[in-house]
Amino acid sequence: MKPLLAAFTVLAFAVAPAPTLANPFETQLANGLRVIVKEDHRAPTVVHMVWYRAGSMDEKDGTSGVAHALEHLMFKGTKTLPAGEFNKRVAEAGGRDNAFTSRDYTAYFQIVPKAALPEMMQLEADRMANLKLDPKEFASEMKVVMEERRLRTDDNPHALVSEALNSLMFQAHPYRRPIIGWMDDLEHMTWQDARDWYRQWYTPNNAYVLVVGDVDHREVFRLAQKYYGPIKQHALPERKPQNEPEQVGIRRVSVKAPAKLPYLAMAWKAPKLRDVQKDRDPYALDVLATVLDGHDASRFARNLVRGSRVAQSAGASYDATLRGEADFVLDGQPAEGKTIADLEAALRAEIKRVQDEGVSAEELTRVKTQSIAAQIYKRDSLMAQAMEIGGVEAAGQSWRDIDTLLEKIKSVTADEVQAVARKYFTDDTLSIAVLDPQPVDQSKPKKPSGAVRH
Amino acid sequence: MRTLIFLLLSFLTSTLALAGVKIEHWIAPSGAKVYFVETRVVPILDVQLDFAAGGAFVPAGKSGLAGLTQGLLETGAGDLDEEHIAGRLVDIGARLGGGADSDRASVSLRTLSDKSQREAALDLLRTVLSAPTFPQSVLERERGRTIASIREAETRPDAIAAKRFAAAIYPGHPYGVSPTVESVGAITREDLVAFHRQHYGAKGAVVSIIGDVSRAEAEAIAQRLTEALPAGGGDLVPPAVTLPVRETIKIAHPAAQSHIHIGLPAIRRSDPDYFPLLVGNYTLGGGGFVSRLMKEVREKRGYAYSVYSYFAPRKLEGPFEIGLQTKREQVPEALKVVDEVLTEYVAKGPTAKELAAAKKNLVDGFALRMDSNAKLLGYLSTIGFYELPLTYLDDFPAKVKAVTAQQVKAAFARHVKAENLVTVIVATD
Repeated sequence: MKPLLAAFTVLAFAVAPAPTLANPFETQLANGLRVIVKEDHRAPTVVHMVWYRAGSMDEKDGTSGVAHALEHLMFKGTKTLPAGEFNKRVAEAGGRDNAFTSRDYTAYFQIVPKAALPEMMQLEADRMANLKLDPKEFASEMKVVMEERRLRTDDNPHALVSEALNSLMFQAHPYRRPIIGWMDDLEHMTWQDARDWYRQWYTPNNAYVLVVGDVDHREVFRLAQKYYGPIKQHALPERKPQNEPEQVGIRRVSVKAPAKLPYLAMAWKAPKLRDVQKDRDPYALDVLATVLDGHDASRFARNLVRGSRVAQSAGASYDATLRGEADFVLDGQPAEGKTIADLEAALRAEIKRVQDEGVSAEELTRVKTQSIAAQIYKRDSLMAQAMEIGGVEAAGQSWRDIDTLLEKIKSVTADEVQAVARKYFTDDTLSIAVLDPQPVDQSKPKKPSGAVRH
Repeated sequence: MRTLIFLLLSFLTSTLALAGVKIEHWIAPSGAKVYFVETRVVPILDVQLDFAAGGAFVPAGKSGLAGLTQGLLETGAGDLDEEHIAGRLVDIGARLGGGADSDRASVSLRTLSDKSQREAALDLLRTVLSAPTFPQSVLERERGRTIASIREAETRPDAIAAKRFAAAIYPGHPYGVSPTVESVGAITREDLVAFHRQHYGAKGAVVSIIGDVSRAEAEAIAQRLTEALPAGGGDLVPPAVTLPVRETIKIAHPAAQSHIHIGLPAIRRSDPDYFPLLVGNYTLGGGGFVSRLMKEVREKRGYAYSVYSYFAPRKLEGPFEIGLQTKREQVPEALKVVDEVLTEYVAKGPTAKELAAAKKNLVDGFALRMDSNAKLLGYLSTIGFYELPLTYLDDFPAKVKAVTAQQVKAAFARHVKAENLVTVIVATD
């Protein structure tokens, strides 16, 4: 009983202006690197992450995928550390490590027993400044990246649809390019492309370090100064806004691939979160996504999968915390015997129902219950807590906003949800991508790609 | 992501523990075995029930019955229909989960530990476990959705490879049978009712409980969840496994990449070679980026994004498998490297340095994969279902440290014989 009350109290206090919570803790080094520490003493383990605010949206045409390629190369050695040694050191410390690249950022992490934290910081600091880009390692690793593209995208019909949808709905904005890069760009990438990327973006003033776990924040700050402090910062390249021009008119694209079930994805342009305090629409859209598809009793599950049985699966997603431009996506597979047209009509009817009738008080209460429970469940995982902080920071908000974001979600009214359903779901800003399934035995193997070509 | 490996390995490589976890064990009056850890750090409660109700116990021609039975528990129970059950769970912020594999079916609950939410959640769990109604119309819908996913999976190279691999290494055995359009189509409501009655009994059920409750509360919870279960259950063992004959199976598919699986039935969960194979597999293909397969196939040659090996012990001989994907024109080269790595490793075992590195990761990482209630719940249920010693977690570091290179070599020689290795390649020329 006590702990639950405590949790609710923290959330309730967050309504008041800027509560001074003791945890997490933040400092900034003289070279611009920010260090954020969340103490959690339940187990003798720690998550250490470095996030760089450089993702695929910062790439240029012709070198798509270079952010992700560099992520791979960050494991290939520094001036003093041989290739492969990074992973080996983490493994020998009893830990595990990996990295991931998004449209907005590139992040590296190690999960280790707490005694290994200083060594992890030393290793990350080393590759922040001293990466050795060897042309031979580069050539070998690019083959791995191309295999990754084949696995994730080329042989994955839904990923192909998603790729087509992004490049359809965004024409000027860099979100039109796939994170992993076009295959042709990967084939023609040079080690100098990777080196330039590293030199431009990997600097302490474009990064933040996150430590979550069984640590004392003062000790972490001291270690950060010791390992990351000596790294020199440099100016970042100019980031052009590259705003997408207003879309006026529906867009459609079709993708053929070996599959049985068709697949439909509909994306409307939507506002992102810019001002945590003043914005309202992003919170209302977030609530709408939960009402439609946030849990087992949400409308899509109840009405489309179980009720009318028009859908094999149906989803709604909206992410307001990002650097680029936001969209609101509905997607799904029609049930056997139903068509893409049936599913599209059913998804549109669900939006229309919110436009006409709004949402119920019960549905809003459920959104609140779900978000409170999710925050408490998140405390069972260090990684989930680290990802939450990392994610809002990447989008340009602060970890200090996390409680406010939750409070704002809980403050959304039924009228606001109805209003955003009316405002943003017009055909003029809609892009639709469809998978047109091809029989497997009639599909020809794709042309070999990724080898040296002549 | 740099690699999929951490999602793919699991099993042997994730068997680690947090020092000082106190597991309490008793038999409930219902006959169910209970495993409990009290931890008050987060105000949550996790409960899981495991039954010998996996795919291996399904009647011939009804493959898919284990999964459907488990899946339909929450679609109607007592006087509640599926909308009521779903709505009530959402209203209290609780989540039901679980699934069915070859050996067992699991039903898990995560709830806030505050009494009102907890009690409501446990009531629901008791009802879905003890009094499922398996409504005919829901069965028809879910049969249709399952058949649609089977047809969809039959177009995907990864799913085709996994299914054919299981069939090839377990000829004539239920471990090798996957649901088909026909077998799922043949499942009736009577099948579900009978399967639940026979396999979801309190006897043989394992109840795992972790979180913000006392021992006395846990005792009451375990009894309440199991006292109304059907009378069936008890010790069940699938039929004996026979080893396959070495062969290579090629399946046409237009994908850009070939999906390759190499392996055989290898080890029971109760086998004394468990620890030598755990430690040994780390070096071969379980240790992520530092494994031999990763170094030779990916790091040195760029042949694959993901390459791994694992042992997945079951009641009877669970599979050993090496898996990778490589562009189709490169299959012969990639296979040659994998074959050389495996042959060399089986013949000679790990070097002293590799063995030390493996042990260091497994022992020093002891705390790492036990640092949440969710992870601990998994260990409780495995200890209970596979009847491992209560001291399993405490003994773990010493057992790992005691493994010798000679034991690794001998264990691989016993469990990974070249004459029984099956290779399945989907999407190759």
